[in-house]
Amino acid sequence: MIKVSNLKKRFDQTEVLKNINFEVNDGEVVVIIGPSGSGKSTLLRCLNFLEQPDFGTIQVGEVTVDATRVKRAEINRLRTQTSMVFQHYNLFKNKTALENVTHALIVTQKMDKNEADQIGRDLLNQVGMVQKADSYPVSLSGGQQQRVGIARALAVKPHAILFDEPTSSLDPEWVGEVLRVISGIANKRKTMLIVTHEMGFARQVADKVVFMADGVIVEQGTPEEIFDHPKNERTKQFLQEYTKQFAEDIKVDSHASSEKRDLLST
Amino acid sequence: MNFDIGYMIEIIPELLKYVPITLYLAIVSMIIAIVIGVFLALILVNKIPVLLQIAKVYISFFRGTPALVQLLMIYFGLPQLFPLLNSISAETAAIIAFSINTSAYLAEIFRAGLESVDKGQAEAAISVGMTYPEALRGIILPQAVRNAIPATGNMFIGLIKNSSLAFTIGVTELLAQGKLMATSNLKFFEAYFAVGLIYWVLTMLYSKLQEWYENRLGKAYQR
Repeated sequence: MIKVSNLKKRFDQTEVLKNINFEVNDGEVVVIIGPSGSGKSTLLRCLNFLEQPDFGTIQVGEVTVDATRVKRAEINRLRTQTSMVFQHYNLFKNKTALENVTHALIVTQKMDKNEADQIGRDLLNQVGMVQKADSYPVSLSGGQQQRVGIARALAVKPHAILFDEPTSSLDPEWVGEVLRVISGIANKRKTMLIVTHEMGFARQVADKVVFMADGVIVEQGTPEEIFDHPKNERTKQFLQEYTKQFAEDIKVDSHASSEKRDLLST
Repeated sequence: MNFDIGYMIEIIPELLKYVPITLYLAIVSMIIAIVIGVFLALILVNKIPVLLQIAKVYISFFRGTPALVQLLMIYFGLPQLFPLLNSISAETAAIIAFSINTSAYLAEIFRAGLESVDKGQAEAAISVGMTYPEALRGIILPQAVRNAIPATGNMFIGLIKNSSLAFTIGVTELLAQGKLMATSNLKFFEAYFAVGLIYWVLTMLYSKLQEWYENRLGKAYQR
């Protein structure tokens, strides 16, 4: 399980995380939503110390660290408990798709290369990318790169996978395939923490939804509680803004298609 | 005009015998310079306190003073300060001087190379449990090397040519032998032109090698 207590983080003068407390049980999928700049990504990046928190304790799996007196070896151990899927994929540019998945296994777990390749191919197969095993990232589409990124995160058999806005920089046409892959993993009861702006996806995949704003957790609960019966004013406001935007997007879309129809009929 | 092309061709085989010593000076110096340069670049990129200040002074001094001055300082000057170095050979002194001089430039080239690698690459490596040294070796350095190769190649070409400075402290390399032949026959132009041609061919051959290597490394980055 993941347990975060009294987590605080500031960048210069701005307090990005103000005393965050929350838990994720094993096999649970937790989705974090909230406006930009609310600290969602920073929270996620504190869990593997890509950002060093200023205060608080973080427990992931069997490793617990106290931010105020943490040693490098502890940070390294904490990092082996999770893996991350990035907004910009961050595939290793000098490695093929397969090597991206197997490299950590060979380097950190000293796994035999053939064995690692076998695992790598299985995982690439799971995300529908095995036919591109020998391609380099530069020749893959965004959606394909992200699917390899997910396979890479699965390969190290982490206690939990952290998804940092995994579809935010994808062209709309690739969003669906990546979300489908993530849903597939969620169904296997893998512990996951997902920061996303895809509300429909959040509702469908989450066991628990956390709403963050201004560095605090405003409200958390089941998808029904948060999306259908939000208690807090700020949650209501955020969801309203979101639905309004969503409705406008649809209007623009249908407007465009009716224009197209007009063009076709003349 | 009295240009004795026959003489020039005749002395080339004799001059070629000194190519190995020139290449020896250049290659050994380059290898040492690369090791020092990587070390300095890592200090610069990671801003390691104290070492950072030392590295900056080192780079500034050895980039800011002529290679010839450094060579004379090391060969004639250092033994005066440290009598132990009295027995230092001219070749060794030349290699030390060239290594130090070249490493100061390489440090900046490698720093730029390391910084050109997207931060997300290291983050991704760390996020799947690699340590920083592991990330450096497998992910960051290979990408940094590719970015740094053109400028590093220029440094090596410069080093092949600058190795001729070693003749000033009595190393008989390519230029020293050319000078010997020039003065013994008083055919200065022919001798020095032959020397120049040999340097040119050496650097051209190296450029071809580098081109092939760049293509090989570039494969991963082509669609």
